[in-house]
Amino acid sequence: MSVPEMFSYIQGFLSADQEIREDIRKVVQVLEQTAREILTLLQSVHQPSGFKEIPSKCAKARELFCTVRTHLGELKTKFPVEQYYRFHEHWRFVLQRLAFLAAFVVYLESESLVTRDEVAQILGIEVVREKGFHLDVEDYLAGVLIMASELSRLAVNSVTAGDYSRPLRISNFINELDSGFRLLNLKNDPLRKRYDGLKYDVKKIEEVVYDLSIRGLAKEQEAGGDK
Amino acid sequence: MSKREGEGCPRMKTTQKTDDRDTGANLTSPVIAAFKVFQQDLDTKHDKHERLVKLSRDITIESKRTIFLLHRVTSVPDVEEVLNEADLKLDGVRLKIRLIAEELRGEDLYQYHRAFTPGIQEYVEAVSFHHFIRHRTLISLEEINTKLVFIKEPEAKDAPEGQQPMGTTQVLTFQVTPTDYLLGVADLTGELMRICISSVGNGDMDTPFQVSMFLRQIHDGFSYIGNTGPYEVSKKLHTLRQSLSKVEDACYTLKVRGSEIPKHMLADVFSSKTAMMDQDEGVA
Repeated sequence: MSVPEMFSYIQGFLSADQEIREDIRKVVQVLEQTAREILTLLQSVHQPSGFKEIPSKCAKARELFCTVRTHLGELKTKFPVEQYYRFHEHWRFVLQRLAFLAAFVVYLESESLVTRDEVAQILGIEVVREKGFHLDVEDYLAGVLIMASELSRLAVNSVTAGDYSRPLRISNFINELDSGFRLLNLKNDPLRKRYDGLKYDVKKIEEVVYDLSIRGLAKEQEAGGDK
Repeated sequence: MSKREGEGCPRMKTTQKTDDRDTGANLTSPVIAAFKVFQQDLDTKHDKHERLVKLSRDITIESKRTIFLLHRVTSVPDVEEVLNEADLKLDGVRLKIRLIAEELRGEDLYQYHRAFTPGIQEYVEAVSFHHFIRHRTLISLEEINTKLVFIKEPEAKDAPEGQQPMGTTQVLTFQVTPTDYLLGVADLTGELMRICISSVGNGDMDTPFQVSMFLRQIHDGFSYIGNTGPYEVSKKLHTLRQSLSKVEDACYTLKVRGSEIPKHMLADVFSSKTAMMDQDEGVA
């Protein structure tokens, strides 16, 4: 094979590669749009009036996740299944966002940590790599960490809205999450950086709990909650 | 490590109380159980990554040594002997690549690509340099890849997997990606420049012209790809230009002054010239 032939072969490969990336980018843009819509919807739980409407907001968000599922289904068709990690960086960000949103919805509904299987189910994707388009562990964990900072905000705002028991429940939840994350041996990667922020969320929520307990505002609920 | 502990300390104090409660009641909680699974997943992944990085470093070192060995062809009478020695060394490198292929069996190549790409690029550089010295042509991607097909002995550790019946040979392949190939070839041009300059010192009047022809073709190829390639490629294009102009200047000097200066003195002209260029490189 002559040098020009070789280079035109490589060029062919590169332009095919670029076309795939272009296609992926388009779908990812739509996904980001939907993710923003869900976020806007869920943001309203921070409003004083939003606290009563949490179940209805969650139901609406669940509806929007249907659109996410179709878009993700479309994304799957844009590239060969076994080359997931070749294009991973294109959807990594949005997938982490979506994992966060799914985790947040599940927390608001049941006050429990969403499992990786549940997130995958909500997004209509797989958990195991061998089965196709899947949710990477690190992306799932990143999503959970985003939720932690959202919850620290929610703790503050629920006090403002007069709900004094919620911060205590959030505090328990976050502490459990923190001890979970402490089990992991993280490398010096983006996930580790994000995890380093978790301690500030923990601190923030502890401050809220402290403020409540020093004023005796949390007492009656705590007594009820511990039983 | 110490940094992490340092960061962790203040928080440890503040959560001491809740910690006690955690160890008491929550160790069996679903959250902790789930994170134990994640811990295993991540550790397996990181271990594999580390092993690949180590292999990649070994490949880089061995390939670099092969390239140094190949640079000796300008000063020894028996070129073939050096080439055969280099072949043996490259066989050793291929054994390492085989280990990478084994690590990657059933994995997504691109998931760990970052771990071993430097080694593979260096290997491409060495193998294409070797090929150029022997055949004066550019090795193709297929030629590289066909050498990275490994036949696995039947009774090896596959048996537990159960899929392959005993006695059949199993084929293990490693595919160099076009991008790695491209970057390796870009590095090759630097070696070609060096061999061109040093061959003049040896009184070899043909090699410089062959190299400059070849380099020009590669340069044209890279300009054809231009910026459609990945970012690293366009970065290397700049160095490629420098190498090309050095080689072209050498050929020019040979043409102009070759007729004037007696052969035995040409070497001196070029040795001072290379010294000057090395300084250039140091600055750049």
